[in-house]
Amino acid sequence: MNAREEILGRARQALGDVTVADPATDVPVTRPAPATGPATPAQVDLFAERVADYRAVVERPTVLTAADAVLAAVTGASSGTRRILVPPGFPDALVPVDDRVEIIRDGPTVTTAELDTCDGVLSTAAIGIAETGTIVLDHGEGQGRRAATLVPDLHVCVVRVDQVVAGVPEAVAALDPSRPQTWISGPSATSDIELDRVEGVHGPRTLHVLLVGPA
Amino acid sequence: MTVGLMVTCINDALFPDTGKAVVTLLRRLGVDVAFPSAQTCCGQPMVNTGYLDEAVPLLRNHLDAFAGYEAIVAPSGSCAGSVRHQHRIVAERSGDPGLVHAVEAAPPVHELSEYLVDVLGVTDVGAYFPHRVTYHPTCHSLRMLGVGDRPLSLLRAVRGIRLEELPGADECCGFGGTFAMKNAETSIAMGNDKARHVRSTGAEVLVAGDNSCLMHVGGLLSRQRSGVRVMHLAEVLAQTEPVVHSVTSAGSAPTREPAVGSGAPTEGGPR
Amino acid sequence: MTATFVGMPAFPTAAKAALADTQLRRNLAHATGTIRTKRAGVVGEVDDWEELRLAGAAIKDRVLRHLPYYLEQLETSLQAAGATVHWARDAAEANAIVVGIAQQHDAREIVKVKSMATAEIGLNEACEAAGIDAWETDLAELIVQLGDDLPSHILVPAVHRNRAEIREIFLREMGTAGRAAPEGLTDEPAELAAAARAHLREKFLRAKVAVSGANFAVAETGTLTVVESEGNGRMCLTLPEVLVSVVGIEKILPTWDDLEVFLQLLPRSSTGERMNPYTSTWSGVTPGDGPQEVHVVLLDNGRTNVLADEVGRQALRCIRCSACLNVCPVYERTGGHAYGSVYPGPIGAILTPMLRGVGHDKQTDSLPYASSLCGACFEVCPVRIDIPEVLVHLRAEVVDAHKAAPGLPSVQDMAMKAASWTLSSSGRIGAAEKVSGLGGRLINKLGGHAAPGGAPMLGALPGPAAAWAGSRDVPVPAEESFRAWWERTDGGRAETGDGPGVNGHGTNGVGDR
Repeated sequence: MNAREEILGRARQALGDVTVADPATDVPVTRPAPATGPATPAQVDLFAERVADYRAVVERPTVLTAADAVLAAVTGASSGTRRILVPPGFPDALVPVDDRVEIIRDGPTVTTAELDTCDGVLSTAAIGIAETGTIVLDHGEGQGRRAATLVPDLHVCVVRVDQVVAGVPEAVAALDPSRPQTWISGPSATSDIELDRVEGVHGPRTLHVLLVGPA
Repeated sequence: MTVGLMVTCINDALFPDTGKAVVTLLRRLGVDVAFPSAQTCCGQPMVNTGYLDEAVPLLRNHLDAFAGYEAIVAPSGSCAGSVRHQHRIVAERSGDPGLVHAVEAAPPVHELSEYLVDVLGVTDVGAYFPHRVTYHPTCHSLRMLGVGDRPLSLLRAVRGIRLEELPGADECCGFGGTFAMKNAETSIAMGNDKARHVRSTGAEVLVAGDNSCLMHVGGLLSRQRSGVRVMHLAEVLAQTEPVVHSVTSAGSAPTREPAVGSGAPTEGGPR
Repeated sequence: MTATFVGMPAFPTAAKAALADTQLRRNLAHATGTIRTKRAGVVGEVDDWEELRLAGAAIKDRVLRHLPYYLEQLETSLQAAGATVHWARDAAEANAIVVGIAQQHDAREIVKVKSMATAEIGLNEACEAAGIDAWETDLAELIVQLGDDLPSHILVPAVHRNRAEIREIFLREMGTAGRAAPEGLTDEPAELAAAARAHLREKFLRAKVAVSGANFAVAETGTLTVVESEGNGRMCLTLPEVLVSVVGIEKILPTWDDLEVFLQLLPRSSTGERMNPYTSTWSGVTPGDGPQEVHVVLLDNGRTNVLADEVGRQALRCIRCSACLNVCPVYERTGGHAYGSVYPGPIGAILTPMLRGVGHDKQTDSLPYASSLCGACFEVCPVRIDIPEVLVHLRAEVVDAHKAAPGLPSVQDMAMKAASWTLSSSGRIGAAEKVSGLGGRLINKLGGHAAPGGAPMLGALPGPAAAWAGSRDVPVPAEESFRAWWERTDGGRAETGDGPGVNGHGTNGVGDR
C-alpha cells in the first residue's frame, strides 16, 4: 500500500467512534460575522498607535504632503545617495525625484543579489488592521513581489486611511486567499536572547508607515 | 438538613483536628453534620498514579457511604475535585453502566469554602483569629473547582486577622500527590520557592484548604526552622473569640486567647 | 549538529541534573516569567478570548474527527495551486523525500525556517548523512545548532542560554559554518543579532532549496501559513527556487476564514504580542514571485496513533504556541531537555508518549508523571487541551502496559493493590489507623523533633520515605484518627466542653503539619 492510502486508512480506522458524516453538523463552530464598512476615525487612530507600539515609524501625511513624506522617509538622516527599490504599479506621484535618491525599478531582470544592494523599498499595502497594528501586503500592484519588501533594510509602506479595517476577522474576510500574503507588524524582531527584544534580524530593520489621509 | 462530612483519608489518619474543626464550624452555623463511618478514600491517589481499576472498589465504597445524603462537604479542594471530575472517568472505564449511573446520582460534593459561601450564603462565620496569616490557593481548589476568592472572603471576615498577600500565590506548591515522591527533587524545588514566598510575607501562619499541600510546604517550613506554621482554613474559621479574658505572663497587658486554644501559633505550644 | 534526544534518561534523573544548574534555573525563570506577564497582558485586552478558545478547539476538533476528508481536500487544493504533494508515514520516509528533492537539484545545502515537524523527524541529521548541509536560520535555532546543543523550548529554543554563552558560541563556531562573527563582538543582543544577520544573509542569497514547516494548512484553498518574527521565514519562503514544506497532518484548518481565530489566538498565546512581526501565506506557486517549485510533505509519524486515542486525540489540536511551557512550574525549574523530546513541557509530556507509544522505554513512560497536575497549562491553552486529563489517562496507559507485560508485578503495582484493598473498607482502614496511631504514640514518646507550635515532626528517614523526608519533615500519624474520635465521642457530643475541638484536640496540635 502506498503512503497516501496507508495514512488515510489509519486515520479512518482511528476514527471509528465518529458516526456523523458531515463535519459541520458533527462539530458546529459559531463565529460572529465580521464588521463591514470602513473603520471609524477612532479605529484609524488606534491603527497608528498600535503600529507605533512595535517601534515602527508612523506618520500621517495628507494626499498633498505624502510625496514629501516619502522623500523624507527614504533619505532620513543619511547623507549619501540612497538606492531605493520601486515595485511596478507604485504611484508615480509618490516616487521621489531628488539627487540624493537613486530609483531602482523592480522587474523580472532584477536579481536577488541586486535587491541586496538596495537601501530601501517603497510599497503600498492591501489592508491595515487597527486592533493589531498590522499591514497586509497581497503583493498586487504597487506592493511588489515578496522578496522586494524583505531584502532591503528600510521599508516605507504607504497605507490609505480607507484601507484600515477594525480587526483580524475583518481583514481575513476582505483578503483573497489565492494571493500570497505578507502580514507585517513592525520591523523584523527577535526575542531569542534573554527575551530582550531586538529590532531587525533578517527583514527590514526599519519599517516606516505613512498613513495617508484625505487633504 | 444533614450533610455528610467527607473528612478525606489523609485528614482521618494524619490531621483529625481539621475534621473536628469542620464539625465545630458547621454546627455553629446550624448545620447538622453526620460522619458516614463507611467512608474511606475517594480514590484520587490511585487515579492520579494511573491505577484506575484499583480505584473502582473505592469509588463503590464512596457511593455507598454517602448514598442518601443531601450534600457532601469536604475540607479539601483536591478530594472534592476528584469526586467531581474523576469518578465519572473511573466509572466509564470500568464498563459498568450501573456505576456510571450511581456516579451521576450521587449527592453533590462541596469543598468547604464553596459550601459556606454558596450553600449557606455566609462569609462571616463568626471566627476570631488575631494573627498574621497568608493564604495559598491550592491548585485543585483554584483551577479544578474554581473556588475563586471564596476562601479569601471568608478569611477577610475573621476578626483580628491580618491577611498578607502571598506573592506568586497561584503557582503550584509542588505537592501533586505521588509527584512529591516520583519527582521529589522538582517537587522540593517548587516547594522551596513557595516557602520562600510565604516567609517573605512575614506571616505567622500559612493557611490553605488542602492539608496535603500544607503537609508538603509545612514539612519544608518546619525543616527550615522558619517559625511559620500551617493551618487548614477550617481550623482558622472554627476559632472564636473567648468569652472570658485571660491574663498572660506577668507584666504584659491582658490579651485575648482564642477559644480553641491549641490553634494559637506560638512557638512550643501545648503537647 | 549531532546532538540528539535518543537515549535520554528518564525525567526524574534528567530533571535532577537540570535542577542543579543554577544558571539554567535563572535563565528559565527570567524567560518564562517575562513571557507569562506579556501573555497575560495581551490576552486580557481581548473581550471574547473564551469564545475564541472555544472556536479554536471546535475548529481543530472538526478537522481531527474528519481528517481523511480534509486531507484529501487539502491535497486537491494544493495540487490545483501548483504544489506537488507527498505523503510520509514516518520520519525516514519524510526525510528521504526531502533529501531526494535536494539531490534532484544538486543542492549541497538547504536553508531551514524553524519547524517542530522537521526537528521531530531529525531532518538535519538525515541531510548530514546524505552530505547536505541543513542550515537553521531562526536565531535561536542557529544558537542551538552552532552550539551542538538541543532545543529546550518550542518558541525560544535557546532559552537556556544567556547572552555571554551565545557570544562565545558565535565567536567560536560561526567561522566554521560560513561567515565568521566580527572580531570584538560584545554580548549585546543587538550586536549578536547583527552577527546572525550577516552570517545568514549569504546563505539565504545562494540557497537553491529551502525547507519549512507550516503553522496552518487551509484545506479549502491549499494555503500554507508560517508565523514568525525575524524574517528568516520570509527569506526561506521567497528567495530559493525550490520550497519543501513538511506539514503534520493535524495542521489543517477547514477554511480560509478559520484563520481569523488562529491568527488571534496564536501570537497572543505564544510571544505575548498582539501580532507577530511576520505572517506569510501562500498557495502553491505564484508566477514571477517566490519559489517556482513547491512541495508539501504530509507527515503522519505517529499522529494517527494519537488520533486513535479518544481521550488523547485533543493533543492534536496543539498549535505549538508554548503557552503551557511558560506557565508550567515543572518546566520552569527543569527546562526542556529533561523531557528528552523535541516537544517539551506539558504538551510534550502528553504528545511524546502518544507519538512514540507507551510501555517500551522508561524515558517515555516517565513523561506522563512529570507533572504535579496543577492545571495551569489547561488554563492558558488557546485550544483548550485538557492536559491534566490526558496526563492521568496516559498514566493509566503506562500502568496497563506494564501490567500486561510478562514478569512480576512492580512494587508500585503491589502497593496500589494493597492500598485499594485497605481503603475500600472502613473496617480495614480503621484497623490500619490503629496501627499507625500506635506508631504515632510511640514516636511521640521517643520525641521526633518539634515543629513550630510543638507538633511532632520527623526528620530524615530511611527507606522509601527518604524521597519525601530528604528535605521535608514528616507529620507523625495522629494518635487517634478522626474516625476513632467520632466513634468514641459520638461526634464530639459526648466530649466534655461544648463541642469538638475545644478541649479535645488530641495531641496532634491544630495545623501543625
